[in-house]
Amino acid sequence: MAHFTKKSKAKPQISTASLPDIIFMLLIFFMVTTVLREQEVQVRAVLPMAEALTKIEQKRYVSYVYTGPEKLRGNRFGDIKVQIDDAIIDDLTNIRTIMYSKLVAEPRLIVSMRIDEESDMGVLTDVQSELRDAGALRINYSSRRDITGL
Amino acid sequence: MGVLAKRKKRDGAEIPTSSMADIAFLLLIFFLVTTTIDVDTGIGMTLPPKLDENVEPPPVRERNILKILINEQGQVLLEDLPSSVAQIRGEVLTHVRNMGRDLRYSESPDKAVVSIKTDRQTPYNMYIQTLDEVWMAYFEIWDNEARSLGFLNYQEYRSSLDDPKANEIREQWPAQVSLAEPDPGA
Repeated sequence: MAHFTKKSKAKPQISTASLPDIIFMLLIFFMVTTVLREQEVQVRAVLPMAEALTKIEQKRYVSYVYTGPEKLRGNRFGDIKVQIDDAIIDDLTNIRTIMYSKLVAEPRLIVSMRIDEESDMGVLTDVQSELRDAGALRINYSSRRDITGL
Repeated sequence: MGVLAKRKKRDGAEIPTSSMADIAFLLLIFFLVTTTIDVDTGIGMTLPPKLDENVEPPPVRERNILKILINEQGQVLLEDLPSSVAQIRGEVLTHVRNMGRDLRYSESPDKAVVSIKTDRQTPYNMYIQTLDEVWMAYFEIWDNEARSLGFLNYQEYRSSLDDPKANEIREQWPAQVSLAEPDPGA
């Protein structure tokens, strides 16, 4: 018992001098990992579900191609459109030049295809043939993990 | 003039640093809130390079190709036989692991090609499901190979490699998935 009273007498204090340093470290970590969303997605892209998924480790090489029905006012959806960066591409042949300039800027480019599960293969084929023309060959069909199981 | 300069020197202005931690905290909270650490997942593919029209594509023997056809209703034709998506995985496994035994399947794993062909009207969802089954078959093969080498799974084998290009399992069992140009359809 005497032992305990002895302990309580000595008042240990944690030094807070290094607190700002720790906070700064955390701050820098989050600043580096943060990717600010700079674009608004104007098409609906409900991704399909799949099992054989791989992760894209290097997010900075990724460029997104959104494909799906265009979001209209009043919760309605229009025709299937393709969006790259923040603009809807009406003439699909423009994809070639866009992707080529992206590939020149970043040779390790990965094109992530965020395609709505209700779109069809026709538009995907057109986009892919443009990507082949541009030479952007690494693609990734973005999909969700099937959480309902088998 | 002289008076003013003297006074300034004596003050020795210092910025208080006690609020530094608070400022850092505020910034930290901002970045914590805006950070999304969701990893982008998907099915990776490498598109074939654009073909030169004068150059003929390399000949592939008929038996080495496993043809998967999906029509606009989402019906599957596996080597000209109507079947379901669930059957694809098993068929790919027998095709790749055939080692030349069955004449209908591939000669060897490195020659085996899986070809997926769709119509332009085929739903994207069906295409992904098919592609998923094909890749799951390959994942199963690679996992098995890694286990026979004494690893827990293929993922562990891959991370154990010093040079990711010198992947022996991938070399022996390359996944050759061909995406054929779809038919224009109706």
